[in-house]
This record gives sequence, C-alpha cells and structure tokens, in this order.
Amino acid sequence: MTHSTPAPAETEALGTSPTASSPARRRPSRVHRQRLRAAWLFLIPMLLVLAAVAGWPLLRTIWFSFTDASFASISEYNWVGLDNYLVYDDGMWFGVLADPAWWQSVWNTLFFTVVSVGLETVLGLIIALTLNAQFRGRGLIRAATLIPWAVPTIVSAKMWGWMLHDQFGIINDMLLTLGIIAEPLNWTANADLSMWAVIMVDVWKTTPFMALLTLAALQMLPSDCYEAAKVDGIHPVRVFFKVTLPLILPALMVAIIFRVLDALRVFDVIYVLTSNSEDTMSMSVYARQQLVQFQDVGYGSAASTVLFLIIALLTITYLYLGRKQIGGES
Amino acid sequence: MILLAVILIFTVFPFYYAILTSFESGSELFTVEYWFSSFDLANYRSVLSQESFLQSIWNSVFVSFSTVVIAMAFGLTAAYALGRVQFRGRGAVLMIVLSVSMFPQVAVLSGLFEVIRAMNLYNDPLALIFSYTIFTLPFTVWILTTFMRQLPKELEEAAIVDGASPLTTLFRVFIPLMWPAMATTGLLAFIAAWNEFLFALTFTLTNSERTVPVAIALITGGSQHELPWGNLMAASVIVTVPLVVLVLIFQRRIVSGLTAGAVKG
Repeated sequence: MTHSTPAPAETEALGTSPTASSPARRRPSRVHRQRLRAAWLFLIPMLLVLAAVAGWPLLRTIWFSFTDASFASISEYNWVGLDNYLVYDDGMWFGVLADPAWWQSVWNTLFFTVVSVGLETVLGLIIALTLNAQFRGRGLIRAATLIPWAVPTIVSAKMWGWMLHDQFGIINDMLLTLGIIAEPLNWTANADLSMWAVIMVDVWKTTPFMALLTLAALQMLPSDCYEAAKVDGIHPVRVFFKVTLPLILPALMVAIIFRVLDALRVFDVIYVLTSNSEDTMSMSVYARQQLVQFQDVGYGSAASTVLFLIIALLTITYLYLGRKQIGGES
Repeated sequence: MILLAVILIFTVFPFYYAILTSFESGSELFTVEYWFSSFDLANYRSVLSQESFLQSIWNSVFVSFSTVVIAMAFGLTAAYALGRVQFRGRGAVLMIVLSVSMFPQVAVLSGLFEVIRAMNLYNDPLALIFSYTIFTLPFTVWILTTFMRQLPKELEEAAIVDGASPLTTLFRVFIPLMWPAMATTGLLAFIAAWNEFLFALTFTLTNSERTVPVAIALITGGSQHELPWGNLMAASVIVTVPLVVLVLIFQRRIVSGLTAGAVKG
C-alpha cells in the first residue's frame, strides 16, 4: 500500500519533466501521460500471465471443491455444495473437516512450522552473529553456508535419507560410537522420530537463508552505539538483548514470516523422506494425495482451499503489519 | 573457532558425505566410512548410461532456462513500470505480485491441471514452463523492481528530454545498467525452477518427460532396503554440483538478491 505513496521529490521530478515548462505543475504533461500509458502497457502482459497461471487456476480449484470432479475425467462433474468440506449423513460426519487424517496433517504442519522455523531462527542468529565478526576466511565460511540452500530439496531429502538409514546410516553410527544410543534408530519409519527427521533436514536446508538475512540486517547496524556500549563496559550479552535484537527485529520478523508461509505449504521434504506416512503428512501432502493418488479432485480441492485460506489470512495479516516496514525505504 | 568449525561441518558435511558415498560401490556402501577410501566411478557410469537420466537432465535445463527467459521478458517491463513510473494502482499491483508469490502451490494444482489438459500439454515439459511462471514471475518482478528503483533518475530524464519512448528508455538506458541485477535474478529463478518438485511430479507421467528432481525421487530398487544408494548419491551429486559452483561464484550477488527480495521488499 505504501508503495503508492512515493517520495514527493521523485513524483515531481518525473511528473513535470523539463519539457513541460508550463507553470501549472498539477496538470499532467504530455510526457507524463505517455509514461502512464506505457506503464500499463508494460504491466498488462505480466498481469495476464499471472491471471492465467495463478488467478484462474485458483478460482477453478475453489470451484472444484464444491463438485465431485475426479482426476481422470476432470470435465464431468456434479455440484455437491459443501459435501467435500463437511456433511452430516446417516448419523455420521463426512468431509475434509471431519477427517481425522486431515486434522493430523494440520497438526503435523503446525508442529513442523513452529519447531523448524524456531530452530532456524535461533541457529540462524547464532551463525549470523558469528559471521558478523571480522576474521580470516569469513568469506569462505559465508560461501559454505550457501551450499545447503543451493542443494535441491529432493536431493537434500535423499542425502539425509541415506545418512539417517537405520542400518547403514552415518548418523546412527556416530550416535552409537559416542554412546548416545544403544541400538540403531529407524529415523524415517519410527512414528516418534520421523517428524524430527523431517525437521532436521529442513533446518539444515533453510538455516543458511535465515543466517544470511539476519547477517544482512546485522551489517546495516550503526557502529556508534556499540562503541558507546564498549566504553560504558556493558556486558556483550546485555548489549545483544538491549541493542542488537531490537534493532534487527523488524528485518528478522520479515524473514520469519517468509519462512512460516513457506513451511506451511511444505511438500517435497516430507513426500520424499517419509512418503505418505500419516505421522508426518503435511496439509499439502494430504491434499495432493487426495487429488492425484485417490483421484478425488473435489475432495482434494476442498483441502487445498482450506490451506489457501489459512495462508491467505496470514499473508493479509503480514501485509497489514508489514505495511510500514515494506514501504519504509526511499 | 570451535563454533566456526561446527558451522562449517554442519553446512558442508551432508554434501561431503553424498560425494563420498557416490564413489563407493558394492559392500563398501554398507560400512560407514568417514574418509574417502576409493574413487570408484562405477555409480557415475551407471547413472550416466541411463538414457532417461540424461533426458531428464536435458528436460531440467530446457525448462529452467525457458522459465528464466519468460520471467525476464515479462518481469523487466513490469519492473520498469513499477519501479520508475508513479501511477494510481501501483501499490495494488505490487500487493498482487507479492500475494501470488505466497500462494501454496497445491492450491492451484487442480485448476492448473485443467488448464494444462485443455492446452493439451499434460506430460509435456512445456506444461512445466507454463506453471513455473507462477513463482518465478512474481519473484522476478519484485526483485527487479527493487533494483530498478535504486537507479539514478537523471539518466531517465536525459532520455526523456531527448524524446526517447519508454520502450527505448527501457532498452537503451536501463537494461544495460541492469545486467548485474538481471544475472542475480535470473540465477535465483533458474535455481527455483531447477529444484521445483510438486508441479513436475504432477504434470509429467513418463520417464522421458521428467525433470531431474522427479527422476531422483523416483529412483527405486526392489524394496525400500534395496535402494541403489550409490547410484542415487551419484545422481544427486551430478545434479547439485553445477548449482553449488554457480552459487559459489555468484555468492555476493545472490546474497544481495535474496535480501533485496525478502528484507527490503
């Protein structure tokens, strides 16, 4: 929203360009009108593409959620109203909202989101604070932290799948050697461990992203208050909580919300590492299973629509809260 | 110093271990090793001799490259309008772009499936190029707009005085200045398209049309315990090494691109 209220100097300079010598500053000049027309001509192709790949498919998905369409014959369907969401029939509740597996997937997704984003934030902060200090080879380590980010999610899930292998995995070997566990653990198949395995992979993959965004925020901090703190002999931990954290908090919050929205739609790590196990199934995995595996487009679309509504609600909240911050520059 | 070593091991070890495994074969695979004991290229030979794997690498290159070109073409013009021109509704357009980038992919899956079927593109890599614009385009517009706004306005004013049209201004004044930003954005979009999994899994059906992530995810053995881990790790290394090299070369740019996209907005 605040993007539409630009710095006044910019508007003036471009709106009344040097060719418009008329004193009526408010009236748009010919050049300005031409620029406006060009702006829309430039935007329309992009908006049309977005409408075709996002807007229309989304509307169709919502539409399908009120029908009994199937994946095999997606063009033949009947209107079923809210049946895919919730329906009372013959003494029983049916529909997505009455399915325990759906609620399990909601819980799994929320647990995954809170724990992994939480760990990523803390670890990211620690890494960023470490990399913020001056030392030899800092560039090298900073580059190394980008590696997990560059590895495709599928590959990282397979790599960790191998490391977490119950018989030949290196993680079990390390833990056994260190005497932490007495016998090998079946990380990806054991109901109590599989969610932690998924979280481990996600934390490995996305902590670097967090660390880099946090580092960028740290490097924008003014150095004078640190010098003042040093002169006053304030303990570094206190400085961190009283000075650093409040200053980087806005940037950190944006990064956290980005990660939260990403984590809520998690699909590939879970799909590859633990396939369709209900212990780790996320909302996206559940919806796709209904859509593709069970061929039930209506039901799967209803699940997708609920997920979309949850994310839309959070996005709107984020845009509303982040308004000042996003538009804060320039 | 210890903290640094821990960070380094934490980030690099899994990839190192994948490389290590990819050089092992036979019974070596089933004993845990921490250092390289052999350089057996058998896994690489076996993976690269599969025609479908080579085909899926080509599919990935083709899809990712085309996606970047399309995102750039639509993204640059849109970013010029959003970054350099003040007009009513500009904020609304930016909000639309940002919201699309936060879409859960699964929410458009059935609608997109219908569109792709209607265009007769099911099980065709072109369907992936089409569907990937849903995440590459908003992101490209967003980052390029951020960079576009940072360019000095004097250049543009000079072009306007000379009577250049907006299209000429974009091509003759801005694009030459935007190369670094375009390289960054293009690379990020390329990586995103290269790594995409959900659409690629859903919209392609046969081995010859698959992209690399799907090909790797679908490598199976006789049972869960017979997965050909050596081959799998070799394939993973082949797919990842080019990205890691690119990322290490362009690391500074990538960091600035990521932060421009996320923090500064």
